[in-house]
Amino acid sequence: MSLRTIRILLWLPLLAFLAILALVAGGLIRPHDSAIRSQMIGRPLPAFDLPSGRGDTARVRATGFADGRPRLLNVFASWCIPCIGEAPQLLALKQAGAVIEGIAVRDRPADLAGFLTSNGDPYDHIGLDDTSGVQMALGSSGVPETFVIDGKGMIRAQHIGAIGPQDVDDMLAALRDAR
Amino acid sequence: MIAETGLIALLLAAVFALLQAVFGLSALRPGGEPLLRAVRPVAIAQAAMTVTAFAMLLLVFARTDLSVKLVAEDSATTLPLLYKVTGAWGNHEGSMLMWITILALAGAAVAIFERRLPERTLAATIAAQGVIALGFFAFLLFSSNPFERLPMPPPEGSGFNPLLQDPGLAFHPPTLYVGYVGLSVAFSFAVGALLTRDVGPAFARAMRPWVLGAWIFLTLGITAGSYWAYYELGWGGWWFWDPTENASLMPWLAATALLHSVSVLATRDGLRAWTIMLAVVAFSMSMVGTFLVRSGILTSVHAFALDPRRGAFILILLALYIGGALALFGARIATVTEGNRFDPVSREGALVANNLLLSAILGVVLIGTLYPLLVESATGEKLSVGPPYFNATAGPLALILVAIMAAGPMMRWRRDRLAAIGRRVAIPAAIVVVALVVLLVALPGLRILPLLGLVLAAGTAAASVAPLWKRNLRRTPLFTYGMVVAHLGIAVSLAGMASESAFSQETLVAARPGETVHVGPYAIRFAAIDPVAGPNYTAVRATLVATRGQGAPIALSPEQRSFDNPPQQTAESAIATRLDGQLYTVVGEPVPGGRWQLRLWWKPFVTLIWGGGVLIALGGALSLLGRVLPRRRAKPERDGYAQ
Repeated sequence: MSLRTIRILLWLPLLAFLAILALVAGGLIRPHDSAIRSQMIGRPLPAFDLPSGRGDTARVRATGFADGRPRLLNVFASWCIPCIGEAPQLLALKQAGAVIEGIAVRDRPADLAGFLTSNGDPYDHIGLDDTSGVQMALGSSGVPETFVIDGKGMIRAQHIGAIGPQDVDDMLAALRDAR
Repeated sequence: MIAETGLIALLLAAVFALLQAVFGLSALRPGGEPLLRAVRPVAIAQAAMTVTAFAMLLLVFARTDLSVKLVAEDSATTLPLLYKVTGAWGNHEGSMLMWITILALAGAAVAIFERRLPERTLAATIAAQGVIALGFFAFLLFSSNPFERLPMPPPEGSGFNPLLQDPGLAFHPPTLYVGYVGLSVAFSFAVGALLTRDVGPAFARAMRPWVLGAWIFLTLGITAGSYWAYYELGWGGWWFWDPTENASLMPWLAATALLHSVSVLATRDGLRAWTIMLAVVAFSMSMVGTFLVRSGILTSVHAFALDPRRGAFILILLALYIGGALALFGARIATVTEGNRFDPVSREGALVANNLLLSAILGVVLIGTLYPLLVESATGEKLSVGPPYFNATAGPLALILVAIMAAGPMMRWRRDRLAAIGRRVAIPAAIVVVALVVLLVALPGLRILPLLGLVLAAGTAAASVAPLWKRNLRRTPLFTYGMVVAHLGIAVSLAGMASESAFSQETLVAARPGETVHVGPYAIRFAAIDPVAGPNYTAVRATLVATRGQGAPIALSPEQRSFDNPPQQTAESAIATRLDGQLYTVVGEPVPGGRWQLRLWWKPFVTLIWGGGVLIALGGALSLLGRVLPRRRAKPERDGYAQ
């Protein structure tokens, strides 16, 4: 190799680095779609049949959702702090005409009663999910989460985390769309 | 006031970093000699200010001062104190501040302890360290201020990622960062030497302890990170080729290559340009790794969400630093006179082969890590490159590398004869053949990579202690022991990896309490499942009782934890460690019918992986002690089996 070739080769590392840099810069500039679309949207509710959390003998069944009325399905728990935070929004939604069903995860009827007394009770029915089985089947990884279910029992939207005051209108719009 | 004190300390540190750069570079000009003496104290002052800022950050986290935005976003009053404190670096801004704190400490350490480097090169080195620090101070102050206040403190913080709520977080990131950022010293040495054109054995001997020090921490950090992922993620694996792991592996590969090439430069004055190049590459890989992971450009468990403006800022810094160093290399290295030449069959030859293979593995890992980015920019598709690629490409290269590593220390410097080498490697080679035959006969179904791994591990273990053969052990220098222990560590680790991959047994069942399942030599009774409440989570805990033959029963309690702030579930594995392996248990989701998913593994000799890692780091530590302590004897190192 001539000295000239070697001199040119010495600049190769810089060129290689610039190529990587261009690649990374491209990755940075390209808009990112970081929103995670729930895999459950467009699918029917998973089958479940839960005992009531109100101490009565009623059952909360997945099949009960396919009666033509769109609903909200709220996965919550009396031990969950953010659930206290979203309780006013749930009550507002109920006032606005939304039908809300609840699934209480790993909860006890006595604790639930206390929670509902202090934070209000927006629920038509509450199912007790003692093993988190239904929560898991819904693709929900934590509490609270809220699903919009259409009149045929299909999942139309999933809201992860507490419903904030700014989410109420979106929630009502999603319910109207699900009609 | 604490947060404001931190911010002011940070500003002062940035000013000192600027002075450090200006003084250091001006000292190189004719007539700048008086400034030489000012460079050291300025670097020390910079470190003192940075440490103050970091201490203030720890303090606001320990007190959960929710008026500080970072605390409100990443902590909560309900957290145990340990996680309040470690939460300080479990987020983007805090981890950047820790990064730069270590950078400043490394610069101060050079200013205080470095005595072998010529004054001018030292001034240039400290200046380079100041320039690096300055950019990252600007980044912190302009776009990632960790001390930002909120106008209205919230009543409670948003909590801390449950995956990070583990004692491992207290040690793993700081250790790894010391390794990453410690390599900045090698980088600055290289830049300094390029500026003064002073590359030679003296320079290499001065740089070697710094490289060793960073490398030890990097090794420990990777080992700890691997064990952490192994027990915390609950997937039973010890290495996932996740972009973050690759980001830590790549600087390690470059630093390992550097460690060996710097020995050639120190002992035989060869590989001048190559050593400088590696010193630049090693720290560049640290910076690229930190950036790639933190930016979210490559998705990973470790990514902190980062807005593109911050990403662009760091990218510009990287372009300036790495691009600048490589441009300096291109422009200056041709004027560095060529070092000594050597015969291909020699210790140097083996070290060159070692360097080429390490670089090849580095290239393979880099390509695999960047490939998803390349494909996405070309076709818009999202894909991920996983273990099948990395194992198939890096695996065989690593095995060849280990074979050369086994033989290298038995070769002589400058020139050696093949016949003589053949005689010296006869015993390890015989062990390899015997192990191969025994394994082929006893376990015919073994896959090729684990088989070669086991065989090679046996041979390498024997070869690694060969440099002590027939030597006066009391007169053998400490750094030779260091090499022996580190190479032995590689053999031990390789044996663990091969054994885990070849002999692991896994059982996945849905079991009712009261049932008994089997995995490996163990019968495991699923005794009970109970709800439990932790300080900031609720959990279900399975009680498992494992028995092996007539042995005493072992109780294991894996948990499935539900955190509510932020909402997340984590699996806490329960592991029983025995001399010949680990029993690894995870409880999963409930299955209708009152049953629970249980994942059980028996992993023979898996602990050797991390034991080997610790040995490697210990070897590094012995080597470092051998280099910095006063010489135990006057004999020149090139005669013996020096590293």
